Amino acid sequence: MKDLGDTSPPLLRVERQRWVIPARLAVTAIPYLWLLVFFLAPFFIVFKISLSEVAIAIPPYRPVFDLSEGLDVLWEKARALSFGNYVWLTEDDLYWKSYLSSLRIAAISTLIALLIGYPLAYAMARAPAAMRPILLALVILPFWTSFLIRVYAWIGILKREGLLNATLLNFGVISEPLTILNTDIAVIIGIVYSYLPFMVLPLYANLERMDHRLIEAARDLGCTRVKAFWLVTAPLSLPGIVAGSFLVFIPAVGEFVIPDLLGGSETLMIGRTLWSEFFANRDWPVASAVAIVLLAVLILPIVFFQRHQQRADEAGR
Amino acid sequence: MNARLSTFNMVSLVAGFAFLYLPIVILIIYSFNESRLVTVWGGFSTRWYVALFQNQQLLDAAWVTVRIAFLSATVAAVLGTLAAIALVRFGRFHGRTLFSGMVYAPLVMPEVITGLSLLLLFVAIGLDRGFWTVTLAHITFSMCFVAVVVQSRLLSFDRSLEEAAADLGCPPVKVFLVVTLPIILPAVVAGWLLAFTLSLDDLVIASFTSGPGATTLPMRIYSAVRLGVTPEINAVCTILIVFVTVGVIAASLAGKWHAAKAGRV
Repeated sequence: MKDLGDTSPPLLRVERQRWVIPARLAVTAIPYLWLLVFFLAPFFIVFKISLSEVAIAIPPYRPVFDLSEGLDVLWEKARALSFGNYVWLTEDDLYWKSYLSSLRIAAISTLIALLIGYPLAYAMARAPAAMRPILLALVILPFWTSFLIRVYAWIGILKREGLLNATLLNFGVISEPLTILNTDIAVIIGIVYSYLPFMVLPLYANLERMDHRLIEAARDLGCTRVKAFWLVTAPLSLPGIVAGSFLVFIPAVGEFVIPDLLGGSETLMIGRTLWSEFFANRDWPVASAVAIVLLAVLILPIVFFQRHQQRADEAGR
Repeated sequence: MNARLSTFNMVSLVAGFAFLYLPIVILIIYSFNESRLVTVWGGFSTRWYVALFQNQQLLDAAWVTVRIAFLSATVAAVLGTLAAIALVRFGRFHGRTLFSGMVYAPLVMPEVITGLSLLLLFVAIGLDRGFWTVTLAHITFSMCFVAVVVQSRLLSFDRSLEEAAADLGCPPVKVFLVVTLPIILPAVVAGWLLAFTLSLDDLVIASFTSGPGATTLPMRIYSAVRLGVTPEINAVCTILIVFVTVGVIAASLAGKWHAAKAGRV
């Protein structure tokens, strides 16, 4: 069809063809190379440094591999590689406790975000069509305002002489102020609050597209409202639940700001451990080893999420 | 579909939005508090805002942050748009899986890992840490957000417009500039805005990749917050919230106006 309509002189067409390939190459190559250099390559450097020993110098590590030394030396070194930092991670229980505690806090937060986010997304999808764009904008707007600010806002609410305690004391619900700030509970509240839009958006996108007639059919066939929900709506919204849960869970595991500002000294989260290893102890090799292990823990959910996203994209095409 | 909401849905909506908005509203209200204490209302006052504009450190940090955000959002908008075009239009080219992996992974990658790895890269290639390293880091993660936003627009638009232009003898580069770009422009602008606010907001990656002389506003706020809640920080936060909210609303109105104009033609 295209060729029939092409009325340009043959020479011009050849000229055009000559341009298409380099232009396509450039469009792909520029962002591709950028991500290779600034996203992928750094991971190899992190891995390399995680195998080096700490040194009191700037930068504070001794390099392991140096290509200028030749292959023989490299091979020698590879055999004598220092996995000391990884051994160290298994010996000091601070690290594996941090990993486990991060996974636990992230999992609980994801579940609570789902329990709050699902009814919200459901109600948004059932709202009159004219109202929906406004409700959607209301969910997205907090996402645009600073993450740091939204976490900070909770300090004033949750602290011992904060607004929550003041209100509860005023109404006589409690007689002693509750200690919420600087506990794991505060961290969970912070994560649920900060990541709630990530849960609601994919759920809403899914529920809004759902064919309402399926539920009506189930109701006509004698299902109660609740049963129709569990048999029809819930299974159909599974892709939205999966996408939302991963969008909350994966970043929450490595979260630093929330446990640092809302958590207490006992709140162990791996992002915070990495941060203090790097900034307080200036132990770059151990910080790198912590990062590599964290990446290893998260790589499965990340790959799964990416596959899921790709499938969703292809289905939407 | 039912025109009115059931009680359950109404409760979900009200409770959900109260949870999302109450903390921010409280923070804004207390930025106008005369009293230094967070729980005691001492009357309306703008004294904390006046104090802000005399705080040179804070103003310097704000200026650095806005410059970084502007630069990184602009580069990220270009790179992200190119990435989206490559992903949507060029089919299954060699290395596409790796490419799409590198576009999606930064969206969920914990910031501490991205920050640490970029810092180690900058040290390895001997780049002095400061303004430019933060900018490079911000371009890298925000271009992926731009790519996702632009990609969804590219997927939903009618390709016959491009084919018509090509059939009428328009060279590909011109097709892109005259047909494709105007159609995806709202998404590119939305992506730019998103990149701008992500950069404005970022604490973790900036802390890793920044050096002396390039302290950003979130870094300043963070070190102040660690010392406790004060009305000055509430005031800074309120200004940032108003700034971003007005920007986002203006952009969406501009988008609507643009769409209405396009609809008339």
